[in-house]
Amino acid sequence: MYEKIGNVMQSILIKNGRVIDPSQGMDCVTNVLIENGRITGFGMRPTGKEREIDAEGKLVVPGFVDLHTHLREPGFEESETIFTGSDAALNGGYTSICCIPNTDPPIDTPADVEFIQDQAARADHCNVFVIGCISKKREGKELSEMGYLARTGVVGFSDDGSDIENADLLRRAFEYAQMFDLPIMCHTEDKNLTNRGVMHEGCVSARLGLRGIPSLAEDVMTARAIMLAEYTKGRLHLMHISTSRGVELIREAKKRGVNVTAEVTPHHLTLTDDLLVSFDTNLKMAPPLRPREDVEACIEGLLDGTLDCIATDHAPHSAEKKQREIDLAPFGIVGLETALSVLNMELILKGRLTWPQLIDKLACSPAKIIKLPSGKGTLAVGADADVAIIDPELKWTVTEKELRSRSKNSPWLGKELVGRAVCVLVNGRVRLLRR
Amino acid sequence: MFNELPELGEFPENWKRMHLLGLEDLTREELLILLDKAQVFRTAFDEGRRKFSFLSGHTSVTLFFENSTRTRTSFSLAAQRLGASCVAFTASTSSLSKGESVVDTAKNLEAMGCESMVVRHSTPGIPHLLAENVNCSIINAGDGAHEHPTQGLLDILTMRQRLGSLEGKTVGVVGDIAHSRVARSNAWGLKKLGAHVIVCGPSTLVSPVWKEMGVEFSHSLDAILPRVDVLNMLRIQFERQYTSPFPSTREYSLLFGMNSERLRRGKSDLLVIAPGPINRGVELTPEVADGPQSAILDQVSNGLAVRMAVLWLTDGARKRIQNA
Repeated sequence: MYEKIGNVMQSILIKNGRVIDPSQGMDCVTNVLIENGRITGFGMRPTGKEREIDAEGKLVVPGFVDLHTHLREPGFEESETIFTGSDAALNGGYTSICCIPNTDPPIDTPADVEFIQDQAARADHCNVFVIGCISKKREGKELSEMGYLARTGVVGFSDDGSDIENADLLRRAFEYAQMFDLPIMCHTEDKNLTNRGVMHEGCVSARLGLRGIPSLAEDVMTARAIMLAEYTKGRLHLMHISTSRGVELIREAKKRGVNVTAEVTPHHLTLTDDLLVSFDTNLKMAPPLRPREDVEACIEGLLDGTLDCIATDHAPHSAEKKQREIDLAPFGIVGLETALSVLNMELILKGRLTWPQLIDKLACSPAKIIKLPSGKGTLAVGADADVAIIDPELKWTVTEKELRSRSKNSPWLGKELVGRAVCVLVNGRVRLLRR
Repeated sequence: MFNELPELGEFPENWKRMHLLGLEDLTREELLILLDKAQVFRTAFDEGRRKFSFLSGHTSVTLFFENSTRTRTSFSLAAQRLGASCVAFTASTSSLSKGESVVDTAKNLEAMGCESMVVRHSTPGIPHLLAENVNCSIINAGDGAHEHPTQGLLDILTMRQRLGSLEGKTVGVVGDIAHSRVARSNAWGLKKLGAHVIVCGPSTLVSPVWKEMGVEFSHSLDAILPRVDVLNMLRIQFERQYTSPFPSTREYSLLFGMNSERLRRGKSDLLVIAPGPINRGVELTPEVADGPQSAILDQVSNGLAVRMAVLWLTDGARKRIQNA
């Protein structure tokens, strides 16, 4: 499946694909030349020296960048490892992923960061960037050593998995992180309002007798995070926004000039809470699936730029944990390998979004949010050759075997999807080639 | 020693369910089949014909992950009176503490050979999960706050015996609606039979979303009292509440307790039922619970008849499906 190429980097010419790169407003059929791991030009004819990849009828786009991947290593290797998670990323067209630090131990020291960087280098699949903890041990009590973490190259700070209860600590985090120009990435949720809920509180939860999580649990903390960022002039990135009220709050904040960005997940753009009638634990995630009105508000927010990017919140859980009573099963689903396909089916094929818009939300915009070096999230001449070639018509069925993630907790299991990455290059090397 | 029961008639052609998971999915016709067959068993019971051989060779397991004595005893007796043998399996409240998943537990029991499993669990959807994973009949004896179909059926059977047709009748279900599987099973069943349902209780336990499900909601027992033909007084489920939804049981009783003074303000033939065990003095005062307008003990006898009908029907459907 993989082609290991020796130390000498061969030049590659991707021919006749529809090249879509929103970062430079490009959308045309042309050839892309890659030399020494970088994009060096467009429209060149083959000279016979390059390896040629035929992309006729396919899309050639910047490799996707995920701001929200749970790799589970160290501590939960039964669910995912850096090796399997970064492999799953390639399978979904991602060339860069940012791992969330809610591991065991949590990633709050330089040694933890370097461990992940080393494991990612050994796996040699895609670029893995690290997000460090906001608080030591993710306990929400004291700030982590953000300065040390920044020096090892973390791209942001987050205690994702839970919110920070102490508003004063969060205020300090916004102030302190400014010295390193790194975003505070907030999982906004008031645990008291969640009150052991398992799904969105509304008509469906009332019918099913499942404990509800009100939208309010997310919204009050989204509002709090925005106000703290506004007051401190800090950099806020809001994770997995799922409610119409949340979208409104961000829209207003952006108008006021608050330094805020936000992400939305593929599942919150495509699935609704009424699916829970199946009691399938692969529909249990935090935040929960919401009703159609919220899904529509999120799509609106994505279209008008209120929501900056799409992030998967890839959250693997082993079968023995997930195949339990819905009250006890952990929150979260895997998403790296299905994101492109479900977004294609629900947004592109239904005419809600164009390919350039989707590529912007999956690749260009996330790279900008965490200020990745200029070579990521773009196909500009000189950029790292992180490229995905997509067959928008390729049909595939989600099976446990097809998924490279160690965990198979996907709500799309057994479904036929359309559109898939067929070739992925990372730093100019072919890391995935589907034949 | 076994009696025949000719009044039961042929096995109903239109009953095709080998599981009974809830009343929401049933058609009106299926609901009527259940009630009619239960009535046959009830009548026979009153005439002293109590033991039959319809299910001889059948083993039924009551698989309870939550405490219960009444429902479990009722199911065991129902199985035995149909000629089946019945085994009780008591699991701890969560499979986590046993280290075995619910599905594994059920598969183990099935491997020992059983034709039906009567399941109670604190999590909604567990009977549905088991129905997908085992080959015997699954009967839901209560899944969290979701459904308790046999309780709904016995409540409705009791109302039907006292009121006749339920078409156009108004039934108030009073209490902890948010956490009540009985309220849900009552609502789905009663609506299918043309009754008007009002769920009533403290505003922290009765949400306006019920309106979207075709059910009226109210936060005042006194306001609905003159309009109702039946009041189903639910037990306060202290065990399911994490944040106290009302300040004291004293205050609950003041606002939502049924007492003789309230009984006088209701319709003269108002029927009061309650799915025990009741907290005497909280939901109902003793004089109401034991008074002539109460049908609480009738409900218990009807429970047995309903469960016999459910076991008989699901067993018949299972045999047909598995022989096909």
